[in-house]
Formats: sequence, C-alpha cells, structure tokens
Amino acid sequence: MSSVMSRMRRGIRHGLIRRKSHEPRMDTKEVYEAASQWRLIWWKFKKHKLAMIAVPVLLLLYLMAALCDFISPTLPVTRFADYKNAPPQKIRFIDESGFHLQPFVYDMKQQTDKETFRRSFTTDTTKKYPIQLFVKGEPYKLLGLFQTDVHLFGNEQAQAPIFLMGTDSLGRDLFTRILYGARISLSFGLVGILLTLVLGLLMGGISGYLGGFVDSSIQRLIDLLVCIPTIPLWMALAAALPRSWTPLQLYFGMIVIFSVIDWTGLARVVRGKVLALREEDFTMAARLSGASDMRIITKHLLPSFSSYIIVSTSLAIPSTILGETALSFLGLGLQPPAVSWGVLLQDAQNLQTLAYQPWLLWPAAFLVVTVLMFNFLGDGLRDAADPYK
Amino acid sequence: MLRYICNRLLQLIPILFAISLIVFIIIQLPPGDFLTTYVEQLRLTGTEVADSTIANLKAQYGLDQPLYAQYLLWMKNMILHGDLGTSIQWNMPVSEVIGDRLMLTIIISLISLIVVWAIAIPIGIYSATHQYSFGDYFFSFIGFIGLAVPGFLIALILVYIVFTQTGVSITGLFSPEYQGAPWSWDKVWNMLPRLAIPVVIIGMSGTAGLIRITRGMLLDELSKQYVITARAKGVAEQKLLFKYPVRMAINPLISTIGWTLPALISGEAIVSIVLNLPTTGPVLLKALMVQDMYLAGSFLLILSVLTVCGTLISDILLAALDPRIRFGGVNR
Repeated sequence: MSSVMSRMRRGIRHGLIRRKSHEPRMDTKEVYEAASQWRLIWWKFKKHKLAMIAVPVLLLLYLMAALCDFISPTLPVTRFADYKNAPPQKIRFIDESGFHLQPFVYDMKQQTDKETFRRSFTTDTTKKYPIQLFVKGEPYKLLGLFQTDVHLFGNEQAQAPIFLMGTDSLGRDLFTRILYGARISLSFGLVGILLTLVLGLLMGGISGYLGGFVDSSIQRLIDLLVCIPTIPLWMALAAALPRSWTPLQLYFGMIVIFSVIDWTGLARVVRGKVLALREEDFTMAARLSGASDMRIITKHLLPSFSSYIIVSTSLAIPSTILGETALSFLGLGLQPPAVSWGVLLQDAQNLQTLAYQPWLLWPAAFLVVTVLMFNFLGDGLRDAADPYK
Repeated sequence: MLRYICNRLLQLIPILFAISLIVFIIIQLPPGDFLTTYVEQLRLTGTEVADSTIANLKAQYGLDQPLYAQYLLWMKNMILHGDLGTSIQWNMPVSEVIGDRLMLTIIISLISLIVVWAIAIPIGIYSATHQYSFGDYFFSFIGFIGLAVPGFLIALILVYIVFTQTGVSITGLFSPEYQGAPWSWDKVWNMLPRLAIPVVIIGMSGTAGLIRITRGMLLDELSKQYVITARAKGVAEQKLLFKYPVRMAINPLISTIGWTLPALISGEAIVSIVLNLPTTGPVLLKALMVQDMYLAGSFLLILSVLTVCGTLISDILLAALDPRIRFGGVNR
C-alpha cells in the first residue's frame, strides 16, 4: 500500500514539475493530499498511455462525424453512373512532368473483359483532376444550421471522380458514406447509453438502497435477462419493429431495445456500490441529521461512485455501437436509405463481392478503431477510477 | 450436496416460466398473427383459401381465444407433446426443422468453450507470472483486439483472406459431397477441420475476457501472505504456483460459465450466418425476416433454456469444488 502511494506521489511530482514549472514550488506531498478526487483521477489517467492516445482519436472521430457534410467531397446519395464499383484512387504528387505540390488523381476508365464479362477499371493518365481545398460542390446545411456548399476538398468539376475509398455498386462515394455513417453509428453509442444509464442508475439505486423484496425481484429480473443469449434476443426484438417506420423511428426503436437489455450490467455495479456505501458512517450521519432518502442518494451516495459509473459507461458505449452494427449488418436494424456502418457492411456480406471489391470493408476499419479506442479509454478510466488505491 | 442441487432446481422453475413468457410475447409482437401471414402466403402462391378453412385453422391453433389461453395452449402442447408449433416457412413442425441444427449449435458452442479455456488459462497464468513483460503486453494487445473486433467481422475478413490466397471458400461445415448425406463417421471426419475456423472465431472474445480475469485473479492470489510464506519456506516455484494460487484463480472460470455460455451461443448465431453454417443462426435470421414467429420463438426459447441449464451445471460443479458455496447454500 505505502509503496504504491509513494510511487503515485513520485509520478505526480514529475507531472507537476513539468506542468506547473512557472509556479512557485510548494510541498508536493501537500499538493497531493489537498488535491480533489477528480484531480487525482486526472493525474492517474494521464499515466495510461493507451488511454491518452484514445482521447484525441475519439475526439477526431466525433468531430469528423459532426462535420461529415463539410469533410466529405460529395453527398451520400450522389451517384456517379460511370464509376460503379470503382476501386479507391491513389492520391498522387508525381506525374510525367515531375513533382507537384498539389495532389491530384487520375481519371479511371471502365473496361469489360471479353471472356468473363467482368468490368474493371484502369487508370487513365490522360485526364487528371487536382484535389483542391474548400471547393464549391453540392449544397448542404452545416450542422443543420448554415446553408453552404463549401466542401473541405474536391474538384470544382461536379462529376470529378475523387473516391478515396472507392464506390459501391450504385456508384456512390464510399468515403462520403462512411462519414455520414459515422454520424449515425457514433451517435447511437452516446444516445443509446443515455437511456441505459437512466435505467441502470434507477434500477440499481432502488435495488441497493431499498433492499428486501424490491431488491430480490430486481435481481431476479437481471438474472433472467442475463441468461437469454443477447444477439438472438436483439434479433427477435429488432425484427418486431414495424417495417413502415421512418429511419428516425427505427433509430430510437433500436435504442430502446438496446437499453432495455443492456442496463443490467450497470445496475449491478450501482447496486453493489450503494449496498456498500449505505452502511458507511457518513450515510448514517446524514440520516441522523434528518436528510431525506432522495437527498442522501443524490447528494451523498451518487457522487461517491460517479467515477465507477463513468467507467461502466465508457465500456458500454462500444458494445452498443457493435450491437447496432451487427443488427444492421444482418438487415434487421437500420435500413437503407439510412446510412450507418452496419448498413454499409451489408454490401460486403457476399464472398464474391468481397473478392472483387475488398474496399467495401473500409467501414469495418473505422468500426474497429472506434471500439478499440473506447476500450482503451475505459481501461484507462478503470485504472484511474479509484485514485486512493 | 443433494439439498443444494434440489434447491437450485427449484429456483429454475420461475426463471423458465419467465423465459417462456418473454418468448411468447416476442412471438406475438409482430403485427398480425401467424395465420394471417400464412393465408397471405397461400394467396400469393395462387391458392384460394376458403373462410371455413381459416376458421378451422384458427380453432386448431386456438387463435380465436384470448391471449392467456393461447399461451396455456402453447405451453401445454410444448410440455405434453413436445410440439413447438408449425413453421409456415418450411411448412412442417418446428421440432423437425430445429433438430440437427440445434445439435450442431450445441457441439460448436461446447467445443468453443473448451477451446476458450485451453487457450485462456495458460496465457492468463503466463501473463500473471510475467507481469509487464513483452509477452504480457503482447497478449493484452491481442486480447483488446479480440474484444474490439466483433466475431462476424473476423469471420468476414478471414473468409476473404482465405479466398483470395487459396481460392477456397471456407463457408459451410461440409464438403459438397457430404452436404445432404446422412450422419456417418466419414461425415464427422469431414466436418472436424472445418469446425476449427468457426470455433476459433467464436471463442475469440471469450478468450480475451477470460485471459484478463485469470490474470487478475492470479495476481491477487500471488500477492497473498500464504504465497510469501511458502516461498520463504523454500517451496519450488513451479509447485508453489500450481498447487495453490492457480487452483484458486481457476475457480471463477467455472462460475463465469453463466455469462460465457450465453456469449458463445450469441456469437455462434451471428458468426454462423456469415460463414453459412448449418446451425441455428441462419435459420433464426431467415425465420425473423419472414416473421415465421413460432420457429424464431422456439429457437430463442431453446437457446435460453440451454443457457440456463449450462449455468445450473456450472453452479453444481462449483459447489462440488468449493465447500464454502455448498454449505452456504444449505445454511441459508
């Protein structure tokens, strides 16, 4: 215990000296003991290298999702009729006349194999399209507020083929669609967790605080939900959503399905913590001085384990994102024209398609990075959650 | 011990009842009952259905009765006659559709469970005894990947890689010549190597989780006083490790069957859809797509019951291994 403490202090001292070198030096031990819980958590979190990588990557991903219409060169529904199933293009700097600072892509020409009738693309070096920044393109509403038509990059010709990640069978730019898909897939994780959080906190809190009959019935309910295999249950419930619903209705319907099944994990954590904390002296003191149950729960109990809630939440977000992807991939979740990573991966189900258009797996790469980063973040938070250890 | 088992068996009854209720609700969820869908399908294929036939069918399935009566009828048929209802999509009793496929699901899930243990325990022990070594970080990283990449994606990528490298499609469980053949030793022999891929993929995330648990438990045990005492007395390191701490650390493996098994069965469903295995997954998906709800509901019911039985077995095993649980159960 004491060795851990001293190691912690040493680490913090180093961190402090680097961070606050302009401030007058004070006794570091004193700083450590006076620091608030959240400050301690932050100090400990900073030492988890993977988590510190995860934070900027996740922020970047969410930023990309929020500004997807600006970053993408075109719209997710725009079809390039001459470029169906086109492979990703190489961004080049060197052409026959040498190096150019401005990147460009060559045009592609479609060819049909005379024997197999397979269509394929070859690079056409006679035509080249420079990639320009802040070009005018398809109009859209930035963040749903400002009407504009400026895209981060592209070519001033509207039909210029700039496909960083290829196109699908209808000739739609996959990179654009992945960015728009990120908006749905990534927000699904956050919005989904909100309802789960409410359910988990409520059920776990009630279960732990009241105890007795309520406690045991909620516990049996959790046991029951845990023993039904999740994916088949998700599939069955998702299949029951009416097909006539709009994408938005489906989106919220799916969120309800996930939350109704997923709250159990969080409720267990909350119950365990409440059970332990309600026996503590400070709870007794609060009760003796006449605080109401609600006040004890919200003012005294919740703050003392909020760090644990954050940990479980950060670990539950990726599983929600994965669940949505899996269901949409199977065709039971969100349906086209809605674009999510799972919907995009539907195109990659077929082995033949995959063999000839492997770039359709790009959404999977984004998915894996996102989930991995959330796991790193959760791991870092878990290590930091109890800074007094 | 006997009392403990009886106790657990009694606790099973309300859970099974609740599961059947949930499944029944799910069967009833899609708009319209299954008869409407059935008649609709007959009409589409050009068969005219007389009103009297519909009325007869209604009476046969008890659809003219209130919901609770339908539930009781469904339960009665299931328990007394083993009749799970009729699949409109296959036009035969659900139990006949399920039979073989269910067996394969069970086999694959059980083999996966064994593979998970066989891989996770040694690695967990290694990681704990060589904490912060290169191997520890390496396996942690692999574990993270295993947790982060969903099984169906691994399956998809693996199928793609094998296909582009060798031109062989690894989907399905049997070579074409054994596809419709009756069960024989040759068929089993043909299946075994093809089982390896789904088993590894399904076991991936479970393995990752279990490595972390074993590692954590063993690390806790290794820092306990009795280990220090034993080491001070000069007990050989190997013996010291395997005699007590490892045995203690392996305990939760059995107690976690309760959530490992549902996860495996869950994963199996989706991986087998991608790999096109003749197990429950693809049929469940197809049944849900065409709203063949009796078939889908039966799958859900049986998979859940299987899981509950798995948990029960794990509890009994745990009680047999750990006297504290056994006697705790009796005293309470």
